Amino acid sequence: MGPHHPSTHGVFRMDVKLDGETVVDLKPVFGYLHRNHEKIAENISYLASMPFTDRLDYFNSMTNNWAYAIAAEKLVEIEVPERAEYLRVIMAELTRLVNHISLVGFFVNDLGALGTPLLYAFREREKILDLFEQASGARMMCNYLRFGGLRCDVPEGWLKRARDLVDRFPKFLDEYEQLLCENEIILSRTQGVGTLSRDLAISAGVTGPMLRASGVNYDIRKVDQYGIYNRFKFRVPYSENNVGDCYDRFMIRMLEMRESIEILKQALDGIEEGPVMGNAGKVFKPKPAEAYGRIESPKGELGFYLVADGTPKPYRFRVRPPSFINLTVLRDMCIGQQVADAVIILGSIDIVLGEVDR
Amino acid sequence: MNLLGAGILKGMAVTLKNFIGSYFDKERLNTLEYMWQNDKSLPKRAGDYPKEEGEQLRPTTTVTNYSRNFPMLLHDDGEPMDTIRCVACQICERECPPQCIYIEKSDDKKERPGGKPQFYPATFDIDVSVCMSCQICVEVCPFDAIVMNSQFELSTPDRFNGLLLKRGDLLKSNQYYHKIHPEEAADRDKRIADDKAAKEAKKKAAEAAKEAKKKAAEAKAKSEAEANSKEESKDPSEPPQTSTEHNKEENTE
Repeated sequence: MGPHHPSTHGVFRMDVKLDGETVVDLKPVFGYLHRNHEKIAENISYLASMPFTDRLDYFNSMTNNWAYAIAAEKLVEIEVPERAEYLRVIMAELTRLVNHISLVGFFVNDLGALGTPLLYAFREREKILDLFEQASGARMMCNYLRFGGLRCDVPEGWLKRARDLVDRFPKFLDEYEQLLCENEIILSRTQGVGTLSRDLAISAGVTGPMLRASGVNYDIRKVDQYGIYNRFKFRVPYSENNVGDCYDRFMIRMLEMRESIEILKQALDGIEEGPVMGNAGKVFKPKPAEAYGRIESPKGELGFYLVADGTPKPYRFRVRPPSFINLTVLRDMCIGQQVADAVIILGSIDIVLGEVDR
Repeated sequence: MNLLGAGILKGMAVTLKNFIGSYFDKERLNTLEYMWQNDKSLPKRAGDYPKEEGEQLRPTTTVTNYSRNFPMLLHDDGEPMDTIRCVACQICERECPPQCIYIEKSDDKKERPGGKPQFYPATFDIDVSVCMSCQICVEVCPFDAIVMNSQFELSTPDRFNGLLLKRGDLLKSNQYYHKIHPEEAADRDKRIADDKAAKEAKKKAAEAAKEAKKKAAEAKAKSEAEANSKEESKDPSEPPQTSTEHNKEENTE
């Protein structure tokens, strides 16, 4: 099967062995989008890698920036000003909304509801992308975060526009949930399909909403409390069963969006005026050291591992991509399922091939 | 009781009305292309329109004010090449992540308004088919010479030379920059003015410090001379001392 249509899940191929309509064996084939990101990053300065991280998971450029900034800030221990921390949280949670709403749209698209639900989702996504454009200058390739802060402050009136959007978003979610969550077709197509047990999820290193859908209460926002996440009150939705199916993974995303809105409200209340850039110098040249920075990206644990050797270029640059590691359990979830279900199982993992292939 | 299919017919009537109407009245079309353009002649290449340089591209949205596309080179009021801000230091060329900038430094220096003679870029090319609009060049530039343009109509039939922007294509006036990114340009101008003022203040302070130092030295010399003269009055048979004091004074000047 595949390479798939570029606008759904990227260029990805599944070698499927079938018995009639049932999947007997499956081998994922990827690497079509390999761009040598890690090796390029070892040959350019630290700052110049920042725009390349946008292109890893092109839905979530803000969170990619953040993970990289955290790793680099660990290398030289820069203080991040208060306002920048708040704006980082706001951008990250808006990114989570963008990612989850597109994922749900694509997921329903894979189920056969072509177009309409996806376009409903994209209408809302576009409003958030407009906010990103006003803040950073670009809709998707934001390149907004810097080591020790942000590139620039948000323009005047931006916070008010963000507040309006956050206030209106739950209404859209209500409508969307009403249309989808108890839809008979969705229930029969997703419940009991593509099950992933708790034990397998943990041993395979699966993270993010997929892990929580399998019944593990694990969220790096709570575990690491990076940035200023310890100041916000929010819940982490996770499944009560020890087995997660496609419906669980779909619902986890819907519930997480509600929590993101709660965080956004608190962050927009708490933000104050101030500088957005710390005391980082113009030239970023860390002493020999190594650092691993990780965040809870919308897809799971996104980590950057950096080894510095005292030059302006990293000696080693490694990305721990959540999509790639979550994809490793695809075979176990698909065996014994129908061919048509393999597509929605892939959709429920939430992969972006830019990140899988790097 | 409604006639079966009446709703469909009603809906189709609206579609038909707009479809036929659009042939006679362009205003009926919902999708408008290039609203600022009066004539529909197709542009030959980038830079032909908007008709007036820096005219708002999408007047209905505020988003465009913040958008960025590809870099451009700034020059101040006057002849573009006489007032170009770029001094061909090649920092942007080195820092550019996808390596899309190519600069050749000039052999001679050129007089700049209100400044020392500087080098200028003999060649400054940006390959926009490689550029990823990341704005790193803008951030690293110490002379505020390169900023982001928001022009997006760059399609051309020539894949190689058409997408390689030369120095002439990239040069834009500071007024144009003020038109497309008003807030950002105002901020930047303010910063430049502040930097200049700070520099001048520093220069002045340095001069004042020099002056003060000189004065202190003079005073010291004077007091020493006085002391010496006192000594001299005590013992007038030692004249070489005063001559060394004199030398010292000359040195401080």
